[in-house]
Amino acid sequence: MVRPVVVEELLKVRNLTKRFGAVAANDGVSLDVRKGEVHCLFGENGAGKSTLSACLYGYYRADSGEIVFKGKTAELNSPADALRLGIGMVHQHFVLVSNFTVLENIIVGSSDVGVFLNKSEARRKVVALCQECGIDIDLDREIWQLSVGEQQWVEILKALYFGAELLILDEPTAVLTPQQSDQLFRIISGMRSRGLSIILISHKLREVMQSDRVTILRKGKVVATVETAGSTAESITALMVGHKVTKHVRDRSVMPAGEFLSLRNVCAKGDWSEDVLKDVSFDIAKHEVLGLAGVAGNGQKELFEVLMGVRAASSGGFSLDGEAIVAPTSREMLDRGVGFVPDDRFLEGLIPEFGTAENLVLGWQRAPEYRRGPFLDRRKLGLLARKKIEEFRVVTASADLPVERLSGGNAQRVILAREFLHARGLLLANQPTRGLDVAASEFVCEKILEKRAAGFAVLLASEELDDLMRLCDRIAVIFKGRIMGIVRPEETSLLDLGMMMAGDAKEPERTVQ
Amino acid sequence: MLELLQGPLLISILAGMVRIATPLLFSAMGELVTQRAGIWNISVEGTMLLGAVVAYVVASTTGSPWLALLAAVLACALISLIMSFVTIVLKAEQFVAGLALNLLASGLTLFWFQTYVIGREPPKFAGFDQVDVPLLSDIPFLGPILFSQRLLTYFAFLLPVAVWFFLYRTKYGLEIRCVGENPKALDVKGLSVGWRQCLAIMFGSLMSGFGGAFLMLGYSDRFVPDLIAGRGWLVVVAIIAGNWMPFRVVGAIFIFALLEAVAIHAQVVGVSIPHHFFLILPYVASLVLLAGLRSRTHQPEALGVPYSRE
Repeated sequence: MVRPVVVEELLKVRNLTKRFGAVAANDGVSLDVRKGEVHCLFGENGAGKSTLSACLYGYYRADSGEIVFKGKTAELNSPADALRLGIGMVHQHFVLVSNFTVLENIIVGSSDVGVFLNKSEARRKVVALCQECGIDIDLDREIWQLSVGEQQWVEILKALYFGAELLILDEPTAVLTPQQSDQLFRIISGMRSRGLSIILISHKLREVMQSDRVTILRKGKVVATVETAGSTAESITALMVGHKVTKHVRDRSVMPAGEFLSLRNVCAKGDWSEDVLKDVSFDIAKHEVLGLAGVAGNGQKELFEVLMGVRAASSGGFSLDGEAIVAPTSREMLDRGVGFVPDDRFLEGLIPEFGTAENLVLGWQRAPEYRRGPFLDRRKLGLLARKKIEEFRVVTASADLPVERLSGGNAQRVILAREFLHARGLLLANQPTRGLDVAASEFVCEKILEKRAAGFAVLLASEELDDLMRLCDRIAVIFKGRIMGIVRPEETSLLDLGMMMAGDAKEPERTVQ
Repeated sequence: MLELLQGPLLISILAGMVRIATPLLFSAMGELVTQRAGIWNISVEGTMLLGAVVAYVVASTTGSPWLALLAAVLACALISLIMSFVTIVLKAEQFVAGLALNLLASGLTLFWFQTYVIGREPPKFAGFDQVDVPLLSDIPFLGPILFSQRLLTYFAFLLPVAVWFFLYRTKYGLEIRCVGENPKALDVKGLSVGWRQCLAIMFGSLMSGFGGAFLMLGYSDRFVPDLIAGRGWLVVVAIIAGNWMPFRVVGAIFIFALLEAVAIHAQVVGVSIPHHFFLILPYVASLVLLAGLRSRTHQPEALGVPYSRE
């Protein structure tokens, strides 16, 4: 990437502190953003990235410290103040009106369209912005017709239209496909060459490495600001976590033995009765992790649903520990000791309004050990919650704090705690590390390997191929509901996996048992 | 039944429809703007009643229907501040607030009626006069239907065009719709969501004031506590059945108004079917419309959801 020639500071943050109760989310943070640079804020969940950006775009008021924008001290009392100064924010969750057109979304609330909505002048301005940044979008389409990636462009255009010179992007690729992410980064570099500054909040190393400079936050403090060009992914990660992260690898001295879960020609229909699973067959032994690789939406979700008894197989079937399972219900699967970690934590894995204690016994609330007569044994639940909070290192104010207030990593720990507590033999995990930072994600991997060592059969779907390669005994690749092949990680390259994920079938003999 | 379709009677029915549609149009266009700003104000019925009561009192004391109209509209605008305070400042459930206002209006009306009206000589009051539009009212058939009406009726028929133009062709209309769809999108640009909703509620109430006052001054010859007779609810139904689009709402209102006009004329003509059957037609139609037109594609997404920054 070409470095900007003129070094000029657009934004200076000095000793910014923001407290929530006793916790300092930002503690004496100082930061400089130059004109025309992509500056990355990097840190784990809860390191203070989001709080810092919320202070910068006027959502929170800092308790102390100074924000200097374009040489002047900025008084930011609301997002509107920030926008007037030229600081624009693109949220992770878009703030768009879904049945307005792109143009209407951009111009609503603007003062220069006149009372009778003179759109042609606004259109010219937006078209010019699009050309400068390399955004190709139809201004007359309504938002609901656009892909998520395109909706994000609208958010960017909104900020630019209002004259933003500094754009804050909060985890912008969290909702994007890899192709959309690439497009986004092309747009980002287009904006940079226009002289705009961009603050990029991310915990993905691949994206961090595309920035000019990185400021690393840990526990609310700035650890360092480094030039990306002079750093490596390893050095930045080490700064972020504060120590080297040990990547766990499966113990090869433990060999899988004794078939546990066995699928034969499982077919299933989707929500619109389309074929989502086609002749899926595989076995998982005790002490084995079988990986399921594939781009999201190729039938993974439905496969897990069939195995959990919430979606009926249209033909074929499966057996558990040698016993054929006929027309299962989710209750039956739970009783058979199947643990399930769903991909959508807050929609399917937890009840967001419930506390950790209640979420820990979800599905098992009728079990005698949690009851006293017909009532829940609150005391016992509290004890259990405290024990699990410690064991799984859940960061929460109390066992009764609604889990919706927890970070993604901590919420996932609550789910793991529950499923590990009740599962006896089979663990089904769909995208358990999605959206988690390095440390939280490694914690999940470690826990999964513990179950493998304990003799569990594990089905692990993930889009993180590196994780699959080190955790799994074998990897099944799914494409459009069909298993393209089952391979051993040590005999396979990432390239091979990628080819299979794109629908390039292996010869049948490559499928290993 | 056949005589219903004869010329003079048909003209009379259609002219009646136009007159009956007038208060509904006022209230519906007001409520439509309120709902497009995201506020479920179901107090239309009560607000119309308030407008009618105030119009009756002022008309019978001063003798001026125009003064009565002004007073009714002002009273309704004032009462809307209660709705605004409860729903925008206190962020209470809009449905419940609307129900409460309806109960308040009907309760106070009954109290006032029992105390001051019943058992006394009904005061005389002057309503609105018919205004024939020069030339146009002489057109055969259409003239007597459309151009021999009360002045307010002409306004009521222009209102949907004005509301449509406001919502879709002006900057403020775009902002109002934005508030109803996704208030945060406007808030982050530094524009007040609360003020816009407050003004939208006030406009809605004001228009219901017009509706109530017209019902009193341009349609009835005496006051009865059930003067509104569910018309405020029909308006709410018309908006839903009209899928929140101005001209479709007008269409639904015309259906209700036509059925009511038919019902009235059926009494006069003396059809052998009991006339109560005809009287329920508009309400049956509202049920049928609701069951049949279930498309809610233009329902504002944030309708009924109190807005607060997380």
